[in-house]
Amino acid sequence: MVASFRRARKGGVTITMGQVEHQVLQHVLGEMLQLVSVESGGDAEDDPLARAVGIGTATEAPEDPALARLFPDGYTDDPEASADFRRYTEPGLRSAKHERLAIALATLGDEPHKMQLDADQAQAWLGALNDSRLVLGERLGVTEDLEELISALGEDDPRLALLWVYDRLTYLQESLVQALWGGGP
Amino acid sequence: MSVAPAETVRPEEDVETDSVVVPDKPWVTIVWNDPVNLMSYVAYVFQKHFGYPKAKATKLMTDVHEKGKAVVSNGTREEMERDVEAMHGYGLWATMQHDS
Repeated sequence: MVASFRRARKGGVTITMGQVEHQVLQHVLGEMLQLVSVESGGDAEDDPLARAVGIGTATEAPEDPALARLFPDGYTDDPEASADFRRYTEPGLRSAKHERLAIALATLGDEPHKMQLDADQAQAWLGALNDSRLVLGERLGVTEDLEELISALGEDDPRLALLWVYDRLTYLQESLVQALWGGGP
Repeated sequence: MSVAPAETVRPEEDVETDSVVVPDKPWVTIVWNDPVNLMSYVAYVFQKHFGYPKAKATKLMTDVHEKGKAVVSNGTREEMERDVEAMHGYGLWATMQHDS
């Protein structure tokens, strides 16, 4: 039986994960935390003032496609405007994503237990799960036809395990959206 | 791609001054389709961030999914920068452009 999020009072949710899911999430969220911690491109350290006011020095999308998916360009046809936009938004986005992952990891805890999340923690989980899926999806080359992708991989392909993880995260996120939104107007 | 832009105000009577104020709302935020974001999640984000009714949020999500993209908001450039930043925060693939 796979765990799913359930609606609780005041915009909160609850879930009790099994041992395997708990371990997988600890691993994935931990990796994600490291991924978003790395400054992309520029040298914010060289400019303490810019750093203090949350302005980054990176002006180009990260080379890592997964990071580029988390921090995309703001304009399709204007590199200069995209660079400016990135300098002003990426540091804040990065720390927000970092914080959501940290909250998810903290509430996940070291051992499986009945998690009772308030509304803010539920939103943090929603973002953390989505960012994790974006990165995994990019790494795996996920398309809208997941079945096709799975059948194209050989039985021994190591990506099958990652696809299983991706699938679990998808199920969890869907259940979280439904728990937060189900039945609303 | 069927979101009506905000009604453009055309001053007709008080045109005696030269400084007719043209509403500075020619910018749009576009959300692009991607294979990872869940349809339910995208609609949820549209309702939560923009405050759209569930039906409109769902319609916009369907447009993104079926047409590849949708204009989800319009306004000044500064407003669109805030919307695009928020969409990136939610993990949606969004860009802004001048609605020429």
